[in-house]
Amino acid sequence: MVSLLKMPETLPQERPRQIDAPPPEEATETAMIDICNLDFNYGEHRVLHDVSLHVPPRAVTAFIGPSGCGKTTLLRCINRMNDLIENAHISGGTIHLDGTDINAPDVDVVDLRRRVGMVFQKSNPFPKSIYENISYGLRIAGVTKRSLIDEAVERSLRAAALWDEVKDRLEKNALGLSGGQQQRLCIARALAVEPDVVLMDEPCSALDPIATAKIEELIHQLRTQYTIVIVTHNMQQAGRVSDYTGFFYLGRLIEFGSTTKIFTNPSQKQTEDYITGRFG
Amino acid sequence: MIAAPSKQRRSRLLEQIVFWCFRLATYFVLACATYIFLDITIKGGRTVFTSRVPFVNVKFLTESPQTLYVFDYHGQKMELSDSEFRQWKTTHQEDVDVTSVAYSAGGIWPCIVGTALLVIGSMVLALFIGISAAIYLSEYSRNTALIRLIRVAILNLAGVPSIVFGLFGFGLFVIFFGWNVSLLSGWFTLGLMVLPAIITASEESLRAVPQGLREGSLALGATKWQTIRKNVLPYALPGILTSSILGIARVAGETAPIMFTAAYALRDEMPWHVSKWTDFFFQGVMALPYHIYVVSSKIPQNEYTERVQYGSAFVFLVLVMLIALLSIILRERTRNRLSW
Repeated sequence: MVSLLKMPETLPQERPRQIDAPPPEEATETAMIDICNLDFNYGEHRVLHDVSLHVPPRAVTAFIGPSGCGKTTLLRCINRMNDLIENAHISGGTIHLDGTDINAPDVDVVDLRRRVGMVFQKSNPFPKSIYENISYGLRIAGVTKRSLIDEAVERSLRAAALWDEVKDRLEKNALGLSGGQQQRLCIARALAVEPDVVLMDEPCSALDPIATAKIEELIHQLRTQYTIVIVTHNMQQAGRVSDYTGFFYLGRLIEFGSTTKIFTNPSQKQTEDYITGRFG
Repeated sequence: MIAAPSKQRRSRLLEQIVFWCFRLATYFVLACATYIFLDITIKGGRTVFTSRVPFVNVKFLTESPQTLYVFDYHGQKMELSDSEFRQWKTTHQEDVDVTSVAYSAGGIWPCIVGTALLVIGSMVLALFIGISAAIYLSEYSRNTALIRLIRVAILNLAGVPSIVFGLFGFGLFVIFFGWNVSLLSGWFTLGLMVLPAIITASEESLRAVPQGLREGSLALGATKWQTIRKNVLPYALPGILTSSILGIARVAGETAPIMFTAAYALRDEMPWHVSKWTDFFFQGVMALPYHIYVVSSKIPQNEYTERVQYGSAFVFLVLVMLIALLSIILRERTRNRLSW
């Protein structure tokens, strides 16, 4: 289902697009994440078929497609979150992060997840104080120096555009925040450990248009420093925030290219049908 | 389509009947509980409370059980405990016709202490093993045939009668391990008995913690154990404590598991009167439920035994209620800090 939610008049309908975004062919050379012929199974059921794509660094890449097309599964492959699911496994192909095979036996999944942060569909602030939420990642990484943590908390909250709203109540429980604030807190929490990549799994699906606009604004700002991969149901959102878009259908990557191209001149009929709302 | 009026009337009548069945069942339970509670409170209260300051029968709560001596002395009815009677004998030389009633004088202090020690020890043991097992089952294990077998075994263990646990503990800990009738044997026997309930309840509490919290923590680069320790277990603890309330009541109340493994009918020394600290674990203790059993069924019954029976039962009831109250307060305090 595609959300046809209209944005309020006061909010920018369409952010000016980067016309000069490099075409994806060039991006291959410096791919941050290199997915090659990936097959993925839940038990006997194959959900991803031969997916290959190159996620360029310091840009926003969106995965779009109808429900059940495998975009979230692919996203969760990148930080090996699927390890948690019984019987789920990669049945073919590879994923390289900065040239390292992330599924190689000598790769420490803890290190990988420290480099590849994730923001979930359902915001999941820990039932602790705002401060403890942000500092959680640092503390488990062994950072104990209070000044360092204080600094990181402020930096990440500022980066997530939440600092001004919460600076006076850092010791308050994070569950007291509004839905949109909770999701930005989760983004700040992911940023606190200074990852290279931030994966976002439909980060706005439970938020109202105003909160959504704030998060989109945030994603737009973050892309100068982070490689962002976002899964979204909302095509307008993909159009607004991303530089590159991959369209998935039934576990296959149908088309991948610069967002401008996908949205204005898709080469595949299926992509065009989906973009124009003929199905999905 | 609307049902025929007669059918409607019938279903309304049925509704009333069913409603009253449920209501009466509830009242029945309430009435039974009230009767038992009042009976014990009124009769036990006569032993435990007094009409003069400090309004509590201090002797009953702080002394060891003694034999009661009842006799007629120049038309005056005397009721003296063992120690009082000996004192009295030193000043009065004449022979009197004495009736002695075992355990019916003095107090139940050693039983209170013994029960407290048994509860604390076995709950620590059961919570430690139970939570560990629950963490393994809910967080680490995959759904294999072996794990399913373990779950079935745990469920079955919960249905084993307590006397079987008592005999098992007697065979294994008392005889085979050579721990004799001791606190340690009692701890392990009682601990094993409540283990299934604690494992099951702990596992449920762990599962009730939203998966999102685990994923959120893992995605930040936490190891599985860090995630469990910092972001799962703290939120599951209120539930685990709730389950342990029932465990405490059961551990405190069961007689069968301790009668062969830990309980003495009468012991003069208190548990801390040991020559070596290791002896502490290898001593038997008096315990309230066993004491109640002994005074109600092991000695000839008469008007004098009733006091200690009801008194013990009342103290026991209050003790279990206090422990339960403590756990509830503890749980509420943890729960208020966490909710999602």
